[in-house]
Amino acid sequence: MLTRGARLAYLAPGLLWLGALLVVPCAILLVNSFFLRGVYGGIDYIWTVENYTRAADWLYLSIFLKSAKIAGLATLFAILIAYPAAWAIAQAPRRRQAALLVLVILPFWSNYLIRTYAWMVLLNREGLINEGLEAVGLIGEPLTLLNTEFAIVLGLVYNYLPFVILTIYAALARLDRSLIEASQDLGAPGWRTFLRVVLPLTLPGVAAGGVFVFVLSIGNFITPDLLGGQKIQMVGNLIYDQFLSARDWPFGAALATVLIMVMMMLLFAQAIAVNRGAGRREAREARP
Amino acid sequence: MQPTRTAAAAALLSAVLASPAAAEGLVISNWDGYMPPDLLERFTAETGIAAELAVHATNEEIMGKLVASGGTGFDIVFVSSPFAEALNALGLAAPIDPAKVPNLANLYPEAMELAHDPGNTYSIPYAWGTTGLCYRTDLVETAPTSWMDLLKPAASLEGKVTMLSTDRWLMGAAALALGKSLNDTSAETLEAEGALLIEAKEKLLAYDDTTFYAKLVSGEASLVHAWDGWCNYGIAENPEIAYVIPTEGSDLWVDTMVVMASSENKDAAMAFIDYVLGQETGVWVAENILYKTPNKVAMEALDPGLLEAFPNMAIPPAELIGYEQLRDLGEGQRDFSRKVTEVMAAQ
Amino acid sequence: MIFRWHLRLTYLFLYGPIAVLMVLSFNRSGLPTAWTGFTFDWYAKLTEADALLNAAWNTLIVAAASTLLATIIGTMLAVGAESRRKSSALDALLFAPMIIPDIVLAIGLLSFYTLVQMTLGLHSIVLSHVVFNIAFVCAVVRTRMRQIDPAMLEASRDLGASEFTTFRRVLLPNLAPGVIAGALLSFTLSVDEFIIAYFSSDNTPAATTLPMQIFSMIRFGVTPEINAMATIVMLFSFTLVLIAQRADRKAITG
Repeated sequence: MLTRGARLAYLAPGLLWLGALLVVPCAILLVNSFFLRGVYGGIDYIWTVENYTRAADWLYLSIFLKSAKIAGLATLFAILIAYPAAWAIAQAPRRRQAALLVLVILPFWSNYLIRTYAWMVLLNREGLINEGLEAVGLIGEPLTLLNTEFAIVLGLVYNYLPFVILTIYAALARLDRSLIEASQDLGAPGWRTFLRVVLPLTLPGVAAGGVFVFVLSIGNFITPDLLGGQKIQMVGNLIYDQFLSARDWPFGAALATVLIMVMMMLLFAQAIAVNRGAGRREAREARP
Repeated sequence: MQPTRTAAAAALLSAVLASPAAAEGLVISNWDGYMPPDLLERFTAETGIAAELAVHATNEEIMGKLVASGGTGFDIVFVSSPFAEALNALGLAAPIDPAKVPNLANLYPEAMELAHDPGNTYSIPYAWGTTGLCYRTDLVETAPTSWMDLLKPAASLEGKVTMLSTDRWLMGAAALALGKSLNDTSAETLEAEGALLIEAKEKLLAYDDTTFYAKLVSGEASLVHAWDGWCNYGIAENPEIAYVIPTEGSDLWVDTMVVMASSENKDAAMAFIDYVLGQETGVWVAENILYKTPNKVAMEALDPGLLEAFPNMAIPPAELIGYEQLRDLGEGQRDFSRKVTEVMAAQ
Repeated sequence: MIFRWHLRLTYLFLYGPIAVLMVLSFNRSGLPTAWTGFTFDWYAKLTEADALLNAAWNTLIVAAASTLLATIIGTMLAVGAESRRKSSALDALLFAPMIIPDIVLAIGLLSFYTLVQMTLGLHSIVLSHVVFNIAFVCAVVRTRMRQIDPAMLEASRDLGASEFTTFRRVLLPNLAPGVIAGALLSFTLSVDEFIIAYFSSDNTPAATTLPMQIFSMIRFGVTPEINAMATIVMLFSFTLVLIAQRADRKAITG
C-alpha cells in the first residue's frame, strides 16, 4: 500500500483542480435552483423549493426516459461494434497498433458539425444511401432515415465509437497471455475462454467505454437537432434550453441537479455490478 | 519524463498562460459574416479607435454570457430585439446618446418607432424583415397563402415541410394562424397553439432553423417556414424558389446594436454605431446578406435589379412596421417555455 | 480473420462520412448539405480565411495544452484513487465532470471567473477543458490500474525504489496503453468542444477556437471552406501516420 503522504501527493493536484474549477463553479450555479427566475431572466433571491416541485412533472420525466433509451441503444451498439474491433487491433503486430488506433480517432479531428452535415447528406431521402439501395434494387421507395430516432442513435454511435474502441483496447492490450493459454491448455473452447477469462478481465474497460457513450449521448444536443430534425427532445436539449432560451437558470439548475443525482446513482449501481462481474472485489478485500 | 520534453511542455504552457490581457479599444460581438469583413479596419483607419470582433452563434448564447458575466468584456453586441429589450430591463444596456450618432438621420422614420424601443433609446436597428413561407413553385400544386398551408399541409406535402425551431418563431406561426398576438401567454392561447403545433408535428419533415434553405434546394423539402433573408439564399441557388407572407400576416423581426452599460468606451461605441449607420454598410448588408436594412439612404442606393431578383427586399417600411414584433415575455416566459417543451417532446 | 474483417468494416463506417465531407469541399455553392456543382474555389479561399486558420491554430494549442495537463493530473488521480480503500465521495467527484451538463459547467465557470475577476482568453479555455478531460483520462487509466498486480509495486518499493522510481519504472510502462488512450480521448474531446470554450473565452479572435468559429457561421452559412480545411487536416494526418509506419518498419527490418 502507498504511504499516506504519497497517496496525497498523487491526489492533490487533481483534487485542487476539481475543487476550484468544478465544485465551486457548479455550487455557485446549482445554488440558484433554490431561487426564483426574475421577470427578465435574472435571479430573484427568494428562498424556495418551487423549482423542484416544477421539475416533478411527467413531461420532464418522459424526456429523461426517452433520452435514456436512445443513449442506452447507442451504448449497446457502440460496445457491440467496438469490442471486436478493439480485439482485432490488440491482436495486430504490436508495431502497427499505434497506427491502427490513430486511424480510429483521426476522423474525429475534423469538426462535429460538418461530420453531422455529412451524415445528413448520406441519410436524406434523396441521399446517397437511398440512391445506392435503389440502384441495386433493394428498395423501391426511398426510406425515411433522417430525422428519426434511428438517425440519432446512428449519429451518437458514430461519434462516440472511437471512445469505446480506445477504452476497450486499453484493457485488452498486453493482456496476460498466460491466463488465456492456461485456459486453452485446460481444454476450454474459445468462447468459454473468452467468457470466463478475457471478458471478466476487460469488463472494467467495457464499462468505462459504455459510461462514456452513455453520458456523452444523454448530454448531447447537436445530434438530436440535426439528425433527429429536433422532433425528439433529449435531456441535453432540455437543460440547454432552460438556461439559454427560457433564461430560467433556477429551473435549469434544478433539472440539472436532479439529472446529476440520477446519473450518479446509475453510475454507482453500474460500478458495483462491474466489480462483481470482474470478480475483483473479493480478491481485493481478501488481500491484507 | 525527459528534460527536453518537460522543457517543451513548459514552453507550451507558458505560451498559453501568457495570453494578452483584455484588448484596448472596442470589443464587438456579432454573428460571423453579418458585417463587412473590412468594416473594423476601415473604422479604425478613419477614427483611430481600435476595435475587435467577437463572434457568437445565437442570441441565446451571447445573452447567457452577458448575464453570467454581468455584461463585462463587450462594448457593443448585435442581438435581436426581444433580447435587446431584456438587456435593457436587466440594466445591462447603456442609453444611446443621439447627439453622438448623427447618422441616425439615415434611418427610415418608421425605424425610430419600433414597439420594443420607441425613439431608439437603447437599441439601434441594423436589419429587419419578416417571417413567412419559402417554397418550391415547381414542387407545390398550389402556391401557399395561409399559415394553415404550413400547419395543415396538403397530402402531397406531408413529410416535405419544415418549421423554424427557435421557440418564439415556432409558436409565432401558430399564433398568427389562430389570429392571436405573438406575445399572448394566456393559458387558452398557449393551449390552442400547442395543440395546433403538436398536430402539425406529425406531418413535419423536421424543425430546422439552420439548413432549411438547403433542404429546399435539394428538393428534400417543398415548403419551409423561413425568415425572408434566408429564403433569399435559396432563391439565389434556384429561381423556382419563392417567398410569401401569409394572409394572416407576419412578425417584424429586428436585429439591433446595443451598447453595454459596463463599456468603458461609450463614446467610441457611439462612434462605431454612427459609422455602421453610414450608407456603405447598409448597402453591403443588403447586397451580401440579402437582408433589408432600416437604413433609408442605403436602401435607396440599391440596384433595382436586386429588388427584382429578391422581391421580399422591396417590402416597404410602412408595411413592415404594421406587423407585430416579438417582445420579451416577462412573467409569461415560464408557461410559454413549458408549452414549447411539450411540443418539442410530443411523439 | 473474422475480427480483421470486422475492423475493416468499422474503418469503412468511420471514414464514410469523411469521404462525403471531402467531396463537399468541392461543392460550388455555399450550401452545407446540397450538391450544386464542382469547384476548387474553397481551397483558394482558404488561404485568405485568416479567422478560420487562426481559430484552427488556437484549437490545436488548447487541445494540446489541456491534454497534456489532464493526462498528467488524471493519471496521478487514477493511481491515487486505486491505491486506497474505495471512497464513494472520491468516485463521485471523479464521475462528476462527465455527467454535469456542458451548459451548467460553462455558465458556472464563467460566473466563477467573473467573481475572481480573471482575464479571459485561451488560458481560461485550457483551464476549463482540463476539468472534463481529467475525468476521462482518470476513468481509462483506472481500469488499467485495476489489472496491475499490487504485489509488483510492493516488490519495487520493498527493494528500496523511491515512489518516483516505482511510478516511472514499474507503474507507467504498465499503465501506458491506458494513458495513451486517455490522452487521445481528451485531445479529441477538446478539439470538438464548443459551449464551455465559448463561455470561458473573451471571444476575441485571439481566443476563438475552431468549433466556436464554425458555430458562429451557422446563421449566414457554414461554407465548404471548413470542409476544405478538414480535408487538408485529414490528408496531412493520414500521411504522417503512413510515414511513421514506414519509418517504424524500416527501423525494425533495417
